[in-house]
Amino acid sequence: MNSNSLVSIADISKDEILDLLDRARYFEEHSNSKILDGRIVATLFFEPSTRTRLSFETAVNRLGGRIIGFSDPGTSSSVKGETLKDTIKMVSNYADLIVMRHHLEGAARYATEVTDIPIINAGDGANQHPSQTMLDLYSIYKTQGRLTDLTITLVGDLKYGRTVHSLLMAMKYFKPRFNFVAAKELAMPQEYKDFCDAEGIEYTETADFSPEVINTSDIIYMTRVQRERFTDPMEYERVKDLYTLHNAMLDNSKPNLRILHPLPRVNEIDTDVDDNPKAYYFEQAHNGLFARQAIITRALGINIR
Amino acid sequence: MKNELAVAALERGTVIDHIPSSAVFKAVKILGLENTPHAVTIGCNLASAKLGNKGIIKVADMEFDDATINRIALIAPTAVINIIRDYHVVEKHPVALPDTIVGIVRCANPKCITNNEPMATKFDVVSREPNTVIRCRYCNHSVAGDQAKIL
Repeated sequence: MNSNSLVSIADISKDEILDLLDRARYFEEHSNSKILDGRIVATLFFEPSTRTRLSFETAVNRLGGRIIGFSDPGTSSSVKGETLKDTIKMVSNYADLIVMRHHLEGAARYATEVTDIPIINAGDGANQHPSQTMLDLYSIYKTQGRLTDLTITLVGDLKYGRTVHSLLMAMKYFKPRFNFVAAKELAMPQEYKDFCDAEGIEYTETADFSPEVINTSDIIYMTRVQRERFTDPMEYERVKDLYTLHNAMLDNSKPNLRILHPLPRVNEIDTDVDDNPKAYYFEQAHNGLFARQAIITRALGINIR
Repeated sequence: MKNELAVAALERGTVIDHIPSSAVFKAVKILGLENTPHAVTIGCNLASAKLGNKGIIKVADMEFDDATINRIALIAPTAVINIIRDYHVVEKHPVALPDTIVGIVRCANPKCITNNEPMATKFDVVSREPNTVIRCRYCNHSVAGDQAKIL
């Protein structure tokens, strides 16, 4: 067990989050520092995810580290029936750090228990994806100049969307106000509303993506509403367009408002929003590079200043 | 109490009393008593002022350490442990639910790593009152203590 591992955003303190944001800001200015010279990072993608893998591998490459690993479980020995434990122990002999994505929930937590080198969770099924949360936090911080006292509107699939759950939990240190905007089938689960109550976080809950909600928001975080989440296909057809953001809906929004989306987008943000300066989702993905450089250097115990 | 203990009149050993009847055989399994060479007496559906209906397990010539005996706390939170030496109860205490439950409960989430890898399950007790709730250390899936599936 290495204490620099990052499995869940809930494992790290406010100070550690602030340290990671500070690191991300540094890497935004020094993206090509060769501080990983001589280090080997293993990227083990037991489940394919091109977007996340490219972001992590670019982060390592730009810092001068080397990469080993696999991007498709079909080429790893897990198809031969090797246990996760054995794969992790074997790779630990070669690498200084493991970045892993796995379709099974809890796989990264288990990996930390069988090796002494740090593990970064790049997604374990529907469970945790902390580097996404860090890039969301960094994007909010960068666009608003602060994390405290912001009104954040979460829209779309609030039931299954792990990104919104992790963001909600990470924001507990920063006195946010949340608006939960979702169809009843995809409403924020009770356990997260209980979490808000326990932490003293204000929230409203509505099925109506109304001008009042939009015009009071500092951040609107859109998520994809997936057809397969609905038991009744008619219900999907009824609600899918209610949670689509169009440019005209932003006419009276706050000047500092920014629109975030974890991507890939399908139709929940109309392409006419893309040219609005308040659209931030492409820059948000770019921030993922700096957030991941921050997480990688922290995991390896490298001080940057 | 004295009358009940007198029935089997253990010279020495352990009496686990006030087990919910429905949990008696799970407790036997969790404590590994199926394979013990010692004399084991199992009672079910006995009259109880406290539970209405209780179970009891008596194991001759055997004492359990706390970590072992507390493994039954999840399924039998009302159980009381009596340690008998020379026909006398020398120690009597309720079971205590530990903070972490290792290797007893199966995670109900089929996509949890614990259901797909040869490894021990681990659950953290996240709530004790009014109802016990435990959460998988790995996939974060929560379950009420009385709904937990025993391995």
